Amino acid sequence: MAKVVVVTSGKGGVGKTTTTAALGAALAQSGQKVALIDFDVGLRNLDLVMGAERRVVYDLINVVQGVAKLQQALIKDKRIDTLWLLPASQTRDKDALTEDGVARVIAELRESHDWVLCDSPAGIERGATLAMRFADTAVIVTNPEVSSVRDSDRIIGLLDAKTEKAEKGQRVDKHILITRYDGARAARGEMLSIEDVLEILSTPLLGIIPESQEVLRASNLGAPVTLSDPASGPARAYLDAARRLKGETVPMAIPGDKKRLLDRLFGRRAA
Amino acid sequence: MNLINLLRRRGSAPVARERLQVLLAHERANRGHSDLLAVLREEIVAVIARHVTVDRDNVMVRMDRGNTVSTLEIDIEIPHNAAALLARA
Repeated sequence: MAKVVVVTSGKGGVGKTTTTAALGAALAQSGQKVALIDFDVGLRNLDLVMGAERRVVYDLINVVQGVAKLQQALIKDKRIDTLWLLPASQTRDKDALTEDGVARVIAELRESHDWVLCDSPAGIERGATLAMRFADTAVIVTNPEVSSVRDSDRIIGLLDAKTEKAEKGQRVDKHILITRYDGARAARGEMLSIEDVLEILSTPLLGIIPESQEVLRASNLGAPVTLSDPASGPARAYLDAARRLKGETVPMAIPGDKKRLLDRLFGRRAA
Repeated sequence: MNLINLLRRRGSAPVARERLQVLLAHERANRGHSDLLAVLREEIVAVIARHVTVDRDNVMVRMDRGNTVSTLEIDIEIPHNAAALLARA
């Protein structure tokens, strides 16, 4: 029986799709059976970030509407054989998603996988609310920046009110994942610190992903960052976050500490 | 002056933090207790209106949610002449 995780944020461009790909791959790399669902109907991108854009035949809407079977629409990853992707439709709009249809797809995936990761679209409209609707756990992707933190707070409110769990009087297990974190700028007081963000949102931390060129390189290549360069800062941070998601206790590494030390040793040369 | 500007620039994160805290307290209050606050507001205005004339737009009812306690803040602006009436009574 799978755990259903929504990767959400409210604000766009903070790294939801990158995070879905990287966390999903990290979980699958540890042998877990993982299905990723792209809920961004009309603006799908998870297929591209996963390098599966040329293999899409059927999509989420086809399955929701009964045009295709789930097994026909699922794309098996070529690198990790326990990882599947259910792409969004590019030609339809979000109104084609029905709650009953999504419930059916998720129920079916729950049976056959260990994890179902739902990549939410930005905003708080239908696509986003359906992506979180059946979640057990939420990963709220937040940049250390005022508009992102504000939108995360709004999403936390929705997770506590509009999900199936909330309506049953239960709680969605919520985690903050801070992305694009620049330790040096935070240390100089130019960027909200981890403590600031966690205190404001009063939600536990799943991980800190450092700002890194490796993330862009990975999406250029169409590979989750945990596969394209597993030793890089963001990949290690995502691998740790995936272990925490599984319930393991992993010490939190604050990105930037090491860099600052190197900066000091090599006379603050630009990276 | 340049030094002050420099210090101010260094401290933009604390400003961000404070602005967020104020804003989110307000937005959370509106989100969680919108009905309760609307009722409170109406009843408070009704009680005040029995004694002095107040402009409804100048009545602010706000709830701040903290970790251990929440505060209910009521801010009512009373026109000058009405304040004088109150003081006499």
